[in-house]
Amino acid sequence: MAEEKAGARRVSSAYDVVIGLEVHAQLLTRTKMFCGCSTAFGAAPNTQTCPVCQGMPGSLPVINRRAIEFGIKTGLAINCTVNSDNRFARKHYYYPDMPKNYQISQYEEPLAVHGHLDVEVDGAARRIGIERLHLEEDVGKLIHEGNLETAQSSQVDFNRAGVPLMEIVSKPDIRTSGEAGAYLRALRAIVVYLGVCDGNMEEGSMRCDANISLKPAGANEYGTKVEVKNMNSFRNVQHALEYEIKRQARALDAGERIVQETRLWDPDKGQTISMRSKEFAHDYRYFPEPDLPPLNVEPRWIEAVRATLPELPAARRARFMQAHALTAYDADLLTGSRALADYFETAVAACGKPKPVANWILNELLRELPGDDERAVAACPIPPANLASLITLIEDGTISGKIAKDVFEKMYRSGEDARTIVSREGLTQVADVEVLEAKVNEALSTHAKAADDARAGKKGALGFLVGQVMKSTDGKANPALVNKLLTEKLYKV
Amino acid sequence: MLTDLTIHELGERFRRREATPTEAAREYLARIAALDPKVKAYLTVTAEAALARAAESDRRFKSGAPLGPLDGVPLGVKDVFCTRGVRTTCGSKILEAFVPPYDATVVARLLGAGAVILGKLNMDEFAMGSSTENSAYFTTRNPWDLSRVPGGSSGGSAAAVAADLAAGTFGTDTGGSIRQPAAFCGNVGLKPTYGRVSRFGLIAFASSLDQVGPFAKDVRDAALMLQAVAGHDPMDSTSAAIPVPDYAAELERGAKGLRVGIPAEYFIEGLDPEIEAAVRAAIETLKSLGATSESVSLPHTEYGLAAYYVIAPAECSSNLARYDGVKYGLRVPGARDLIEMYSRTRGAGFGAEVKRRVMLGTYALSAGYYDAYYGKAQKVRTLVQRDFQKAFERVDVIVAPTTPSAAFRMGEREDPLSMYLNDVFTIPVNLAGLPGVSVPAGFTKAGLPIGLQVIGKAFDEATVLRAAGAYEAATAWRKRKPGLAA
Repeated sequence: MAEEKAGARRVSSAYDVVIGLEVHAQLLTRTKMFCGCSTAFGAAPNTQTCPVCQGMPGSLPVINRRAIEFGIKTGLAINCTVNSDNRFARKHYYYPDMPKNYQISQYEEPLAVHGHLDVEVDGAARRIGIERLHLEEDVGKLIHEGNLETAQSSQVDFNRAGVPLMEIVSKPDIRTSGEAGAYLRALRAIVVYLGVCDGNMEEGSMRCDANISLKPAGANEYGTKVEVKNMNSFRNVQHALEYEIKRQARALDAGERIVQETRLWDPDKGQTISMRSKEFAHDYRYFPEPDLPPLNVEPRWIEAVRATLPELPAARRARFMQAHALTAYDADLLTGSRALADYFETAVAACGKPKPVANWILNELLRELPGDDERAVAACPIPPANLASLITLIEDGTISGKIAKDVFEKMYRSGEDARTIVSREGLTQVADVEVLEAKVNEALSTHAKAADDARAGKKGALGFLVGQVMKSTDGKANPALVNKLLTEKLYKV
Repeated sequence: MLTDLTIHELGERFRRREATPTEAAREYLARIAALDPKVKAYLTVTAEAALARAAESDRRFKSGAPLGPLDGVPLGVKDVFCTRGVRTTCGSKILEAFVPPYDATVVARLLGAGAVILGKLNMDEFAMGSSTENSAYFTTRNPWDLSRVPGGSSGGSAAAVAADLAAGTFGTDTGGSIRQPAAFCGNVGLKPTYGRVSRFGLIAFASSLDQVGPFAKDVRDAALMLQAVAGHDPMDSTSAAIPVPDYAAELERGAKGLRVGIPAEYFIEGLDPEIEAAVRAAIETLKSLGATSESVSLPHTEYGLAAYYVIAPAECSSNLARYDGVKYGLRVPGARDLIEMYSRTRGAGFGAEVKRRVMLGTYALSAGYYDAYYGKAQKVRTLVQRDFQKAFERVDVIVAPTTPSAAFRMGEREDPLSMYLNDVFTIPVNLAGLPGVSVPAGFTKAGLPIGLQVIGKAFDEATVLRAAGAYEAATAWRKRKPGLAA
């Protein structure tokens, strides 16, 4: 992290970095954008297809209103103006994963325009403009025999073809890889909150391409931009941008010209690699989709959707900081998904201890869970009420923090409640003064040298004695009590 | 012979139990076997399926529960409509082996109405042409003169009706592809309003212009056929949710009181004087039936053809992109890479006219040219629409010639432009999305049919049919049949 920041500073002294992000989000509609086929992931190839999404001769698209609704919802959440006059357009290029060799998308009249997202980077607030939000259809998947260059044959699976995609294009307002990451995280949190996308970058349900250019610091004119693709995680986006900033800065330092091109991020090599520009020099020949009449999104519809908007991540984050005295960092992480934020609030409501709940979620729970998204949180074996009761056991002194960690692990593995585990395994903290006094006396007599050292003021010695008592009680002794008893015995005399 | 009868006459025989659908199907299939080698209207004859469906229809009539006026009626459909389990070529080599897994809405509605489908009819490749000479398979002959073309692109559909090889047929009209062949073959050909009939399952040529319509032996048949397929289809977002009137009932109202507009721009140099005379005589007939006439102006008519030859190719270049050898239809083997597979497949699979239009359209949509071509053509289209709107403030229908000349000889029009000029009177109607019908209005001295075009307001097919029906009832043109000996 420190190195990254240093890198960013070094570059920014000579050049201004200009980044715009294009995010594609697969919508969580049950059916596809223009036909009734299921969007469910993981079915056998070509089992979720029909003449429409296979691009059969004579087939025609029909707009999925739910997808439009999801687009409106997202548009409103990112402060866009939703256009009432909408039009779909055909975008042409030949590729075997695209059944019609054109994609139905939106061009001149997108669903929503002129929005913004407020993000916080290193404690500073930044507003990132949003150019547009539009809807389109996804393409199929090619499965090559071996790798693309040498494959003797390729198979195509059209299950994904026609799945609704929402494209959100930022303005070129992003200046650092950190800002790009913050923008992406904020955007992801919003779509996940709204329940319009699962936000899973690794599985490709959320994808990000970046346009990046450098210009001499303070210059008005933009430099030549490079498009970077294939960054399938937040980390990859940041690394790819950092790489690209350095690459371009080095080239400019050396007096070279930047070539306008598309580059692929190779996460294994940690580099961006130029794609043959020939293949991607497209003239998409956009024109209005004649099979779909203009779509009128009436103000009434927009208002009806607005009324269904939930509390958005930024508002919830602010509320968490205020109501529960959380740090910005903690509140940020806890509002990473609606499910996680809900988890936090449910647990707090059950035990009334926001700070420990936050710590347990952030330090322990997220270490175990495969992610912080809806799916991961929903599958969490520890329901929020159980985490709350674990925290109550710690807070009322029934178990020690150390024991609690073991209990937590058992809860996670078995799904059992904290109290059940604690009582079955006798993990209740030994807080009985008589029992502990005997153990303390035993320790003092067995380790007379250490007792003398402690009396002489050697700090380590007292710790050693506490450890011995803890050991003799299998860790169940209340450490504060042991400390108190030992101190009394050692110094009272 | 049952094959002489109109649909409403045939239906009457079925209802009176004087004939059965199976008898009708057998007669038609026998006539196809005897005469189609000369006429070459059919690309595919589905005899077995037709007889099976006719037998089902027999049972419905026997039990006194027929489905309606098309039950048991032997029909043909242009090979542009997808038919489940039946090869659908669209007149192209690229779809030579294509068997759709689904029925076009029009086909499904016909089957639902009990119709017996005899087979699939020849056409210009992807409906691009005016003669069927662009069919990748063969040229259909005009039953009135076998050395002449039947018109196109729905030439097979028109010839089949003229030669009594089907009681009625369906075609499509993008720039005149129903009305022009109907005029050439002497039958009734109706292009409904854009949006009146579903395009779902109709293999697209130019999506904003394509429309489905019937070829019929008389106007009443055309009304019954339109009735069976018209109306909103949730699978076609451009189909209109506007109620469908009872077309046959509307016919009863006659021509009395109809205000007929005559557009000066349709009586121009290049119009065959015999056709002009026939059309002017038809106007007089309508007036004698109680209609009034007046001149109307459609000033942007002359730009229609140019606009059409930008818009239609542009849409076609996009619609035909899917034929790439990847999913269905032709794939030329032996390519070393993807681009070669595409170019070999499309090079071998498409004919010259299709390639010409794909290239025209690709050019017109290219960056830097879009505004000058496609954008401009759309503006012209709007002007053509406004012309009609203005004219229809004063008149109920507009009458004009369907074509500037009668059927021409095969091979006579090798220059694409002279072929395109054939559609000069039909294209503006497509650009405006209006309904138009061609109805027989006489014969040239050479014995070739002449068509009268009746154009109406949007979704007012009823009045178009009413005017055409009144004219037809007052004339005897339809009684004449081509002399085709088996």
